[in-house]
Amino acid sequence: MPLLEIENLTVSFQTAGGQFTAVDKVSLHIEPGEIVSVVGESGSGKSVAMLALMGLLPWTATVTADRLAFNNQDLKTISKSELRKIIGSKMAMIFQEPMTSLNPCFTIGFQLTETLKIHLGMNRAERKKRAIELLELVGIPEPRKRLTAFPHQLSGGMNQRVMIAMAISCNPELLIADEPTTALDVTIQAQILELLLNLQKKQGMSLVLITHDMGVVAETAERVAVQYAGQQVEKQQVKGLFSNPHHPYTQALLNSLPERSNSKILPSIAGVVPGQFDKPKGCLFSPRCDYATTKCHTIPPTAASEELGKALCHYPIVDGKPTNYPEEVNP
Amino acid sequence: MSGEVILEAVGLKRYYQIDRGAFKKPAVLKALDGASFKLKKGSTLAIVGESGCGKSTMARLVTMIEPPTAGQLNIGSENVTNASAAVRCNLHKKVQIVFQDPYGSLNPRQKIGNSLEEPLLVNTPMKKGERREAAQKMLGLVGLRPEHYNRYPHMFSGGQRQRIAVARALMLNPQIVVLDEPVSALDVSIQAQILNLLTQLQQRFDLAYMFISHDLSVVKHIADEVMVMYLGKPVETGSREEVFSKPHHPYTRALLSATPVADPFRSKERIVLRGELPSPISPPSGCTFHPRCPSMTEECKYTAPELVKKGGCMVACYHPKTY
Repeated sequence: MPLLEIENLTVSFQTAGGQFTAVDKVSLHIEPGEIVSVVGESGSGKSVAMLALMGLLPWTATVTADRLAFNNQDLKTISKSELRKIIGSKMAMIFQEPMTSLNPCFTIGFQLTETLKIHLGMNRAERKKRAIELLELVGIPEPRKRLTAFPHQLSGGMNQRVMIAMAISCNPELLIADEPTTALDVTIQAQILELLLNLQKKQGMSLVLITHDMGVVAETAERVAVQYAGQQVEKQQVKGLFSNPHHPYTQALLNSLPERSNSKILPSIAGVVPGQFDKPKGCLFSPRCDYATTKCHTIPPTAASEELGKALCHYPIVDGKPTNYPEEVNP
Repeated sequence: MSGEVILEAVGLKRYYQIDRGAFKKPAVLKALDGASFKLKKGSTLAIVGESGCGKSTMARLVTMIEPPTAGQLNIGSENVTNASAAVRCNLHKKVQIVFQDPYGSLNPRQKIGNSLEEPLLVNTPMKKGERREAAQKMLGLVGLRPEHYNRYPHMFSGGQRQRIAVARALMLNPQIVVLDEPVSALDVSIQAQILNLLTQLQQRFDLAYMFISHDLSVVKHIADEVMVMYLGKPVETGSREEVFSKPHHPYTRALLSATPVADPFRSKERIVLRGELPSPISPPSGCTFHPRCPSMTEECKYTAPELVKKGGCMVACYHPKTY
């Protein structure tokens, strides 16, 4: 039984220019103990989808879904107080910028023990003991001393460790990490990723890793979902995704990585991600796609079969070549 | 002519004095502590390191925004350190810079056209019509359209803004362009576009690039020479092939192993460094890397190693890996 089921999640925002769909029919199933990565460029709706799940979006957002369930519990129908019991304890999230996600006015210790007090009802002494344990677990030296420190007294890497400690304080079953290492240096990034993977193994929790870095995906995830302009364009096992991408966007994205290219000129994707006012009529990727035909420009594609990674494309790519491709047009 | 040394730095240092209140002595922050390098025409020197290693200080010295505390900097045949104001003014035109953040480095209230013309207005006697023509020509060169001339920065995407920043840097026909993390704020697909643009422009104008970055996969793609820095000091320099295939210094090796590679089939040894970058106000004694170094010995704690030749690289380490 999957731990988390998301079926056709759609999030739209009320903006001055009208309704804007940030997330468009995204589905995701996560089994216990699995590491799933959601990849996409900025504006692909990867963070918004997870924020919607956590109920952290502002009132301007409209969230609809066919099914949104955690541990077989329907998150759409349960009461708010029930929801609050799940969020933060069973399901926790780490954010991108540790410096701005922690409250600068309170000590690390206060912010860390708040979760323990609310979700686990521990008394003062227990909370302090557990907080020290947690800080030790995430590899912060002299945890006892750090409890009274404020976020500005710690470095970015240390603050991210505190965020992780806070997220895992109630032994969550699902941890959502939203670009946990983007703001950090490479050597610190390696430390934080190693820590997350170790904790995931030790606690047996599921991990959703939201990122834009293909390198991080390749080294950590088991399954990958690729998003583009709010839509999920492909879902695959990590090895399959890198060796045999089925969607033209995934293929182009992988080709444009400097480390996968041998020539001095990189095969780049022309143009930019469509915004609110220039959404194409057919396939959202068609204006930038090398294989686009008239059909792509007019009819939105449907998801392909499971073997083809549910690629959202009229001509899913197999072994670098589009299938069912009309003969009269040359790619 | 390609291959001629256009920028040379010898023992470049930059210290900052930091006041710590009325009752404490001011501290000295050694942001850059002795860097020597040569930059050849038409080639790219990449400077790699984590935050606080002195990369950006180096950019400020090379662009003459700040004078070095000690050391010598030569641009072409001129010595910058004791040049007269007139000579220096001339040199400023030869060195231009592109910054990291394309959102912050353009004036939101200035039209793109004016922004591009400003360097010409200040530095050349060109007439209005000529300036406009030059700006529009440059827009074409960086892959924008002439009608973008009358638009404001907010009307452009991140990638386009970075193109504008590059265009602005090239307005005065510089010989050296300092690129301070030019692609790290951009998405992967846009990053490839900008890297291609930089390569094309370099070939066309025979530019020398000083490419500052923390992303080793980008550096591996674009650089000819690589200099790895740690806490204000270069720890390893060499050609791209040498540094990436046979890294000698433990820090270079840790940096390379920490960089995620987009290949799930590759198994690799991962060297995870303990601890974090020490404060540059009170750097560790001896080799500044010793508290985090996996192959540290007694010797490293007391005297700092000098850069010595090792294979094709210059390495500052007592225990470099041999191949």
